[in-house]
Amino acid sequence: MALLEIMDLVKSFRGPDGTVHEVVRIPRFTLEARSQVALSGASGTGKTTFLHLIAGILAPDAGSVRLDGTNLAELSESARDRLRATKIGYIFQTFNLLQGFTVLENVLLGMSFGPGADRARAMSLLERVGLGERLHHFPRQLSTGQQQRVAVARALANHPQLVLADEPTGNLDARNAREALKLIREACTENGAALLLVSHDRDVLNSFEHTASLGELNQVASLRGGAQ
Amino acid sequence: MTLWLIVRRSLYQHLLSTLVTGVSIALAGGLLMSVWVVKNQAHATFTGQSGGWDAVLGARGAKLQLVLNAIFHLEASPGNIPFDDYEAIGTNRAVAAAVPIAVGDNYRGYRLVGTLTNYFDVEFAKAQRFQLVPGGRMFEDGYREAVVGSFVAQKLGLKVGSEFQPYHGLNFDPKTQHEEVYVVVGIMEPSNTPADRVIWIPLAGLQNMSGHDAAAANDVSAVLVKLRSPLAGQQLDMLYNRQGNRLTFAWPIAKQMADLFEKFGWFDSVLELVAWLVALVATGAVLASLYNSLNSRRRDIAILRALGARRRTVFSAIVLESATISALGMAGGFLVYFAILSGAASVIRAQTGVVLDPWQPAAVWLWAPAALIGMGALAGILPALKAYRSEVADGLAPES
Repeated sequence: MALLEIMDLVKSFRGPDGTVHEVVRIPRFTLEARSQVALSGASGTGKTTFLHLIAGILAPDAGSVRLDGTNLAELSESARDRLRATKIGYIFQTFNLLQGFTVLENVLLGMSFGPGADRARAMSLLERVGLGERLHHFPRQLSTGQQQRVAVARALANHPQLVLADEPTGNLDARNAREALKLIREACTENGAALLLVSHDRDVLNSFEHTASLGELNQVASLRGGAQ
Repeated sequence: MTLWLIVRRSLYQHLLSTLVTGVSIALAGGLLMSVWVVKNQAHATFTGQSGGWDAVLGARGAKLQLVLNAIFHLEASPGNIPFDDYEAIGTNRAVAAAVPIAVGDNYRGYRLVGTLTNYFDVEFAKAQRFQLVPGGRMFEDGYREAVVGSFVAQKLGLKVGSEFQPYHGLNFDPKTQHEEVYVVVGIMEPSNTPADRVIWIPLAGLQNMSGHDAAAANDVSAVLVKLRSPLAGQQLDMLYNRQGNRLTFAWPIAKQMADLFEKFGWFDSVLELVAWLVALVATGAVLASLYNSLNSRRRDIAILRALGARRRTVFSAIVLESATISALGMAGGFLVYFAILSGAASVIRAQTGVVLDPWQPAAVWLWAPAALIGMGALAGILPALKAYRSEVADGLAPES
């Protein structure tokens, strides 16, 4: 059984003028446990919405998202929060670190919503991503590359089965992007997590054995018309 | 632990608004506690302050004026009474002790009270008698000697051996100095009673001070009375107040003061109302501050939710933050309270001799912080609801 199984997933949003815009319509998508897949997707192809649906941040209008056999659509919001905290790690393009919290606290906080804060594991992960000396620094005191490494450590802190990475190298220069990508992939492998990474960076996509095009997966007519 | 970490960091992140709102809560809480304690302690102290006497006999007039003059050494005397009236009540079988006092002079604003030395034999409070500082002694009748209350001695720098010339009247006027020179023979230990604000001299000394009306040389201002039983009070009340029309028998003393406080009860209510309004405004400031900061917290809240925090966790964190601001404010409120009460106690002591104790534990120390922290938590509900309703995806949208 696939770790992630998506069937007939549909999501629309109502615009300011009241018109409904369909953003995601994906008939089927699967991801095996421990696998690493890169999805290509240009801006506006619904990639963030797609990842939010998988993470349970958004609820679909129709269809199902099954993670490890659990259909997220059947869960209450609170249960989805719980599932996200325990089974999913999320790496954002803009890192989304809590600026008022130290590096260590950012990781511990992520753990506290899941199985519970484990200081030793948090420190070990931060050591692994090369930030053992920066535990008590605040994000603003770190370079962008270092901030992304904190985000990687935080995403892996709860032993997730699935790591979602939304343009994780989008805000990094070429050298930091290569290092961050390498780190994400290695860390996922070491932790036994599957990786679903979305990017429009050709170099990033080319480094994956398995890739798919969100533009092709997404059956929304306006998107397939090549508007974006 | 998680909630406290979120709250602690948020308070630190919004340090300025935390400080401003905390200070406003501190002022409100301090004011609230001060109003309550001053009201209750003043009421208890003034109504419980009788100097050990049960009643005062004086000229026909208001009982309250008589009590204020004879017990608290405030106000003018309603008039003099003949020495015979003192002797009559002093020999009444219902009376355990009676001591005459005479007033009418001062030394640099502090009253001289003429009396007999047996005034100092009466317990002014349970098992407490007036004591002299070692090295001093009681004045002797027939001599120009004075025993000085502790507060006066401190304020005027009088010591045993000091000499002074009294001034005529109850208010200090440098042009009205008497010829007589009095010598200080004793300083009283602090008693925390109005007696601390008085210079005590022999009764005859005050009666015969130069410039006083010779025809009234035997008169006294009032007689302090200690009764054998409460029934005796009723008998004397009947004798002097109902059957007679020349004298006033103020009994019981506590009732006169209680009546005074009752008359000014509305003032207490106004003060309490103001204190509660200040508390309400301070709580409103917490609400406004948190509510207005939600826009800048939108992203943090969304990140917390994306990490798996539930809506109720976010809600609780904001309510807890609001309550914590109030709790921190109330910690400062105790400083404000002690500052206000020390100031108030100092003024009241200077004006009346009565001492308020800022450190005396009061129930308001518990319920005022509880009320303010509760109000703070309630103030957090509106911003917490807004945060509760916010959508994760909206908050995570890239900022332009």
